[in-house]
Amino acid sequence: MKKFFGVLLSVVMILLLLGGCGGKTNSTEASGETSATKEQADTGAAARKANNEIVVGIAQDLSSSLDPYELSTAGTRELMFNVYEALYKVAPSGDYEPALATAYTVSDDGLTYRFTLREGVKFHNDAVLTAADVVYSFNTCREKSVDKNVKAALQNVAEVKADDNTVTMTLTAPNSDFLVYVGSVYIVPDSYSDQATKPVGTGPFVFTERKVQDSIVFTRFENYWGEKAKIQKVTFRIFDTETALVTALDSDTVDLFAHLTSTQVNGLSKNYEVLEGTMNLVQALYINNAVKPFDDVRVRQALNYAIDVDAMLQMTADGHGTKLGSSIYPAFTKYFDESLVNAYPHDAAKAKELLTQAGYPNGFDMTITVPSNYTNHVDTAVVLAEQLKEAGINATVQEVEWDAWVTDIYQGRNFQTTVVGFDASTLTAEALLARFVSDSSKNMCNYQNTEFDALMAEAGSITDDARRTECYRAAEKLLSDDAANVYLQDMADFVALRSTLSGFRFYPLYVLDLSGLTY
Amino acid sequence: MKKLFEKHNNWFFRAGFVITAFMLLMILIGQFWTPYEPSAMDASAKGLAPSLSHLFGTDKFGRDIFSRVMEGAGSTLLIAFFVVLIGASAGVLIGAVTGYCGGIVDEILMRICDGITAFPSVMLALIIIAVLGPGKWNVIWVLAILFIPSFARVVRTEFSRIKKQNYISLAKLQGVGPLRIIIRHMLPNAFPVLLPAISIGFNNAVLAEASMSFLGVGVSVNEVSLGRMLNDSQNYILRGLPWYALFVGLTIALLILGFSLLGEGLQKNNEG
Repeated sequence: MKKFFGVLLSVVMILLLLGGCGGKTNSTEASGETSATKEQADTGAAARKANNEIVVGIAQDLSSSLDPYELSTAGTRELMFNVYEALYKVAPSGDYEPALATAYTVSDDGLTYRFTLREGVKFHNDAVLTAADVVYSFNTCREKSVDKNVKAALQNVAEVKADDNTVTMTLTAPNSDFLVYVGSVYIVPDSYSDQATKPVGTGPFVFTERKVQDSIVFTRFENYWGEKAKIQKVTFRIFDTETALVTALDSDTVDLFAHLTSTQVNGLSKNYEVLEGTMNLVQALYINNAVKPFDDVRVRQALNYAIDVDAMLQMTADGHGTKLGSSIYPAFTKYFDESLVNAYPHDAAKAKELLTQAGYPNGFDMTITVPSNYTNHVDTAVVLAEQLKEAGINATVQEVEWDAWVTDIYQGRNFQTTVVGFDASTLTAEALLARFVSDSSKNMCNYQNTEFDALMAEAGSITDDARRTECYRAAEKLLSDDAANVYLQDMADFVALRSTLSGFRFYPLYVLDLSGLTY
Repeated sequence: MKKLFEKHNNWFFRAGFVITAFMLLMILIGQFWTPYEPSAMDASAKGLAPSLSHLFGTDKFGRDIFSRVMEGAGSTLLIAFFVVLIGASAGVLIGAVTGYCGGIVDEILMRICDGITAFPSVMLALIIIAVLGPGKWNVIWVLAILFIPSFARVVRTEFSRIKKQNYISLAKLQGVGPLRIIIRHMLPNAFPVLLPAISIGFNNAVLAEASMSFLGVGVSVNEVSLGRMLNDSQNYILRGLPWYALFVGLTIALLILGFSLLGEGLQKNNEG
């Protein structure tokens, strides 16, 4: 008996510890800050300005590994964009511009790429960039990248050869998106093995310190090859509850907070300027296509008809945001298909009719699981649940912690529906569409369609750009026809920026570029 | 009932009765009729200040706060009701058995109760909910279990006192079975002590539900309860919606005040 109580007690103690270490820490901290008087906060902001440093708020901690080829979440990629660089780098316009390479040539058959490296580029650990580093990076990335699309594209590279100051890559088949993939292979020093915890790149900021579940510090890289960042030190602090976030903004604790909702920026003090861009992600009610009743296409179509996206946008964002219709957002001008946006106009009667056909004349109960740290997704889910009532569907919104969402839903695929946004890791259609290929490890929604698989396989294997575009567009149409998910919007991205700061740039990718910021 | 009002000019009981009756009436009406559909959203009426058409104003989705308070207080009260019902039933059972039997059974059951009370109840509830997952019924079960010791203790003390009374010994001598002694002879006599305990238990249950929903582990986001509303409102206190938190907080305060006064009045009645 005594032993049993001993075990029970230790279990409880461990749970207590875990509970204590969980997300709640931040909220207590933030509420502590509320008591800080306004005056103190002002001097805090003023002191930061004098020291040329800023505090950036983020909604979640980074992934455990910061290795450039293991960046699994959008929130991590977004920040590490400032630390790592590739031969070519995406610009705010969406074009790829020379970075660690100064120029490249491509042979007439599209198979051989020759990159000329920039001279005198230094890594954060003072090593000088050589062609050998580039070869090492490409080989490592091909071997272990968690980005399946990048990995697949690199499988087509037969050889990467270093030759003094140039790197030659030979492809087995031409790939018109090759430069985009080159742009996502971050260059790291040869044989440096601590990338996961002490990342070293060539970017404008040096990764300096990380306190798990608390903060991350970047400092300016003084030996940067290009125009140096203006800000000396950037501290990222995690605010994973809305209360913590709002308190941080109201108490002037942060200088920059991106990805806010219109409600959060409404009534912000004059100390902040609010910028509006788009998030560059596909927010949807993602549906587990493999579980009942969602394995029936009519049920999924009914959900699409039952939901009124315009009204949802009005409710959650005062009408800001761009409707999508499929798994692609408008920054991809070539692939975005406007005709799909209104494929399922709001029609509750039609939704009911489809449900009746599917054998649910009285609707059913369902659960929408949302990560609690993303207020915009939670708000969206609450509004959707209310809209679904009209079609007789009784939806319960369940909040989970971000870590639980990643393990149970994204990896475990143990869910009915969820509201999140998926970003594009590279500026290719693959990045947004490949996750729906039947056997993809990212196919969280368990979407199965052989026709879709065939289109994606064809698009990946041919070089005729017109035909490729056709394939991708057809694939998007299939996602819409099959009502794989309820595609909602590319959310309006509100950024609160201290009014004394300027130089913030929006990108067509989910990145947070800090190098242009200046007081 | 009449006696309670007249006896000793019991103001606690009177005030508690009036407040509780008023709150219960509002909640009861809320189950059948509210000025607006509590969950109905209206994009054109977001964050309105209190007015004649929206007595308590509206929230960030344009939902009428007054209607939501009426319904939310109902679900809070329902949770409290089940918590007290389950907790008190189990508590009375355990208290009766331990109080009547004494000995080793008493020792074991009461030490377990001590173990439960040793932890702050909301803290323990949070841990259990973290394992079980949130939801109305999970909250009810967890809180009910946590409330058992307080009832068990009260009943046990009373039972061990009554056990030594002559009429119980007489009944035993006459050969009355233990079950009949407990139910017919002892329980009715323990009732005056149990009543205030239930009233105060109710009070605590309302608060516990509110705290748990406030911390985001109670009812789900799209359900209504007072704690959940308080959680929603906290971000807007300084953002132009102060009345949201104010009215929800006031409702909780009134509800608690009513039960506390009732409990106090009942206790005074026993003493007098």
